[in-house]
Amino acid sequence: MISNIAFLIVAVLGIGLFVWQIRKIVRNINMGRDKEISGNVSERIKLLLLVAFGQQKMFKRPLPAVLHLFVYVGFIVINVEVIEILIDGIFGTHRVLGVLGPVYSVLMAINEVLALLVIIACVIFLARRTLTKVPRLTRGSEMRAWPKLDANVILITEIVLMFALFAFNIADQKLAQLSGHDLPGVFPVSGPLMNVFGSDVNTLQVIAGVGWWAHILGILAFMNYLPSSKHFHIITSFPNVYYTKLEPKGQFSNVESITHEIKAMLDPAYVVPPAPEGADPQKFGAKDVEDLTWKQLLDSYTCTECGRCTSVCPANITGKLLSPRKIVMDTRDRMEEKGESPLIFNPAHYNEESERVKVTEERTLLRGYVTPEELWACTTCNACVESCPVNINQLSTIIDLRRYLVLEESAAPTSLNTMFNNIENNGAPWAFSPSDRFNWADDLFVVSKN
Amino acid sequence: MSEKKQIQVPVMADLASRGETPEVLFWVGCAGAFDDRYKNVTRAFVRILEHVGTKYAVLGMEETCTGDPAKRAGNEFLFQMQAMTNIATLDGYGIKTIVTACPHCFNTIKNEYPALGGNYEVIHHSTFLQNLINEGKVKIAGGGEFKGKRITFHDSCYLGRANNIYEAPREVLAALDADLVEMKRSRANGLCCGAGGAQMWKEPEPGNKDINVERAEEAIGTGATIIASACPFCMTMMADGVKSQNKEDSVQVFDIAELIAQAEGINA
Repeated sequence: MISNIAFLIVAVLGIGLFVWQIRKIVRNINMGRDKEISGNVSERIKLLLLVAFGQQKMFKRPLPAVLHLFVYVGFIVINVEVIEILIDGIFGTHRVLGVLGPVYSVLMAINEVLALLVIIACVIFLARRTLTKVPRLTRGSEMRAWPKLDANVILITEIVLMFALFAFNIADQKLAQLSGHDLPGVFPVSGPLMNVFGSDVNTLQVIAGVGWWAHILGILAFMNYLPSSKHFHIITSFPNVYYTKLEPKGQFSNVESITHEIKAMLDPAYVVPPAPEGADPQKFGAKDVEDLTWKQLLDSYTCTECGRCTSVCPANITGKLLSPRKIVMDTRDRMEEKGESPLIFNPAHYNEESERVKVTEERTLLRGYVTPEELWACTTCNACVESCPVNINQLSTIIDLRRYLVLEESAAPTSLNTMFNNIENNGAPWAFSPSDRFNWADDLFVVSKN
Repeated sequence: MSEKKQIQVPVMADLASRGETPEVLFWVGCAGAFDDRYKNVTRAFVRILEHVGTKYAVLGMEETCTGDPAKRAGNEFLFQMQAMTNIATLDGYGIKTIVTACPHCFNTIKNEYPALGGNYEVIHHSTFLQNLINEGKVKIAGGGEFKGKRITFHDSCYLGRANNIYEAPREVLAALDADLVEMKRSRANGLCCGAGGAQMWKEPEPGNKDINVERAEEAIGTGATIIASACPFCMTMMADGVKSQNKEDSVQVFDIAELIAQAEGINA
């Protein structure tokens, strides 16, 4: 009875704390500008099934894709067990889902195989990060202490959780055998290990209890760790993929306020629609997180810091400062700095200046985190957008920050200002006379075949 | 029997004054009009249009920059000024269909003009050429002079990732009966030439290497003697990259339209 109450209190506290953190994150994302993203429901659902549920884009790199699939499927299936643990914990029952009979046996068997695969995958992932040091996971100015530690914390926690589950299953089976009653379920991994803890009933009861409690407490703790971690993508990738930009990648957003201005310039009779009441005059482009849209902010809460974007970025490959991943991580850090500190661990302290990326005192996303040098290195080639397994649009943020530099600060590089002047004066980005535009057609011959 | 014929490139204003409308408007683009190397691509494409008898016209001196480099550089104001000017010109002539050899012009007119009121069917010349080959209007007898030559195609970001056109230029090249080789980074995983996003008009930021050099090395590494491109920026960047490796004598950069015109024997 006491343990039931203790369990209930722990579960309520754990879930309550999680909801409290989520509310803060939602508030942070709502700092962003409104942007209506609607329509194309069937296309969006297709993307959701393929990219989020189906992990389609992960398979550009097969080895991590398969390992990640183990962890992902394992996570989904293990939730069945979590439900059972919650019911057992609250009502003092024991393996309550055993009533499902053969279905339960199949579920438990799959569960155990996946739990083993999760351990194997996590160990390989740890090795890739710490021993072989896969460059995209370990290098780059944004991969400082916290992002590296975060990844390892996640992997080690997952391994510990799986071991706790196995310990419980092993001890539980042995106890059932000793007392001579049948235990529902089939246990292909822990079954053969039934004798590893000996036959002392008291010891076995302690092990089963510790395994059971460690598993559920671990899950609750891990859940509350998510909002502080890149692991939060297990929640946000689904809405993020659903709200993917469906227009062609080459189609950049349109700044509507400028359209009104130009129409009014060209046609004096044009009436500019009034701005919504009480709205602040909108900046051109983005200087800080509140100038970005909620989707761009959701993007940064979805980033898994996997570095696939940066590893395919032509600027980054050739040693320039730009790292699309850094822009996304900077956006998240700035959001947490500016919004309410949403996290219980508050671990976002990887802001110490790197040697190459010098930031200014001005605490805004632009210049405080992202320098113009990074932004001007972008070729807008969309390789980052193409590579992202959770459909983040790094490029839209880069362009909005560039727009602020150009439209609000007139801070484009000199040679780009020359290009702007050429377009304005000559109708071409190069300094050629418009009257020479048709010279290519002089003395043009074709061989005609009769 | 073949003979040399001079071409009077039809200009839209003249056609309109005669009350005629072309099937397609050929949007030449600033590179196509001013870049000495790329003018050859413009001429090659016009030769193909003449050869197959497409009724086309150009804007001539009425054409102006689409605003692409301004938009990518963040100058939305200048972009929209250009766009609205161009839309007024195009709509004034009642243009419905536009073909262009420049993926940047193609992307901007096709994707970004509609929000500002400009709605046209826009075709990139790779798709246009592919259709001509499929329809049998261009038939390269025996593959022409490129038969068996090792050619690699460099994807333009604004054709490929930006608009999902990967196969059209490859099918055009396939008509040459050449030995097509792919670079490791191709199609959706292609590597930028380094000129997009208005980089064409500025020095690269400090780094270890220029992007076009990295890409040219990869192209040369395939053993190809011809790098085929379908974009004026890519052509300039790849040619410069090849030169930086002192390979300009053994590796040449051609636009797919040039290759077709050459193989078809209509170059004068």
